[in-house]
Amino acid sequence: MPELPQARRHAGELEAQVLAALWAARTPLTPQDVQTALGDGLARTTIATILARLHDKGTVGRTKAGRGFAYTPTVEDQAGLAARRMRSELERGQDRSTVLARFVSDLSDDDERLLRELLGEAS
Amino acid sequence: MTFTVWAPLLLPFLTAPLARRFAEALAPRTAAWMLAGTAAALGGATAVSLTLLTLTGLLRLPPVAALGHLSPRWLPDGSPYTAAAAALVLLTVTALALRTVHRQYADLRRARAAAAQAAATGQLTVLEDERADAFALPGLPWQPGRIVVTTGMLRALDGPERAALLAHERAHLTAQHHVFLALTEYAAVLHPALRGLRTPLGYHLERWADETAARATGDRALTARAVGRAALAAARAPRPHRPGLAPAAHTGPVPRRVAALLAPEPRPYRHAPARTAAAVALAACLALTGSTALSATTDLHHTVEAAQGETHH
Repeated sequence: MPELPQARRHAGELEAQVLAALWAARTPLTPQDVQTALGDGLARTTIATILARLHDKGTVGRTKAGRGFAYTPTVEDQAGLAARRMRSELERGQDRSTVLARFVSDLSDDDERLLRELLGEAS
Repeated sequence: MTFTVWAPLLLPFLTAPLARRFAEALAPRTAAWMLAGTAAALGGATAVSLTLLTLTGLLRLPPVAALGHLSPRWLPDGSPYTAAAAALVLLTVTALALRTVHRQYADLRRARAAAAQAAATGQLTVLEDERADAFALPGLPWQPGRIVVTTGMLRALDGPERAALLAHERAHLTAQHHVFLALTEYAAVLHPALRGLRTPLGYHLERWADETAARATGDRALTARAVGRAALAAARAPRPHRPGLAPAAHTGPVPRRVAALLAPEPRPYRHAPARTAAAVALAACLALTGSTALSATTDLHHTVEAAQGETHH
């Protein structure tokens, strides 16, 4: 079977994508669920390997599900605190120089309308 | 001396608007390099010019002249008030620049400390926060950069869109976009005319990362959707009042980014006479800034040598 381009990607990038998929889900995911969520043709064995590695590092927890495991991200004790601290850092940065590059900036009402049109979404 | 020392202070008023116009005709990566380079060059020339004006004044002070064995007769004419004003401006902008450096460093250190407490793997840090947000947290030479994303943002996107988001943030870190932002911030402190370069630079850096993400995912429409849906998700959350942010009457950066991604990939070498003219004008302004700063420095150097020679004979 020819190797898919995705399979050659850096292991760190795949780990990030898998962890992002687990965080986005509100329920534990099996390797097959993760495969469906990523939706980019990665082999299930590759995903299972990544999940096992994340589990070894303690980044994700797992429970028995059928013949395999279902995975969920490990919630740190200080996670809520981290989010609050980061929020206050970002709000502090609003009115002064910052070198943090935010993914998206604020939208005006016109921007929002235009954006929905571009994306073909009904507002 | 009179013209050459003042030229680097006046030219940014002409050059910065030219650079803004020119950036619109360039590919995102080239535009970002051009804007940050222009800001750095003009900011540097401003610093040189202020230093020369201050030095000219200092040399006329009898104790300094005695220390340097200078004959006051040979020194350039100049109002002591000009030199005093230049010294004051130089001190102020130096203090402001140092404060900017300190703030940027302190902001980054605190943000990194906050991120360190959150769930992480490799480059990715996830914050448990329903508000959608994502950004690249620059690294230090001994510490890699991080991609910080909230759970709210991850849940607003599907799997392939999340891959586009991660590729976009990775592009910021790999290409060291924070260095472009920081340099331009310092330049804006040195000369008010350079403040106008910050917004276009920010826009072109986002476009640069968008184009890198589009190439990484191999799908421009997917990347456009990721940017658009992320912005809509972020806008849904109630936000604190921001006094600095007036409601925009023009089209904001996000719809422009989405529209650019929905269009075919920009061709790097479109020949347009207007673009060539803008490039020539910008190059001329930068060359004039550089040569006047250099010539003013050489002038002062020669004058000091002449004044020293006078006391020795």
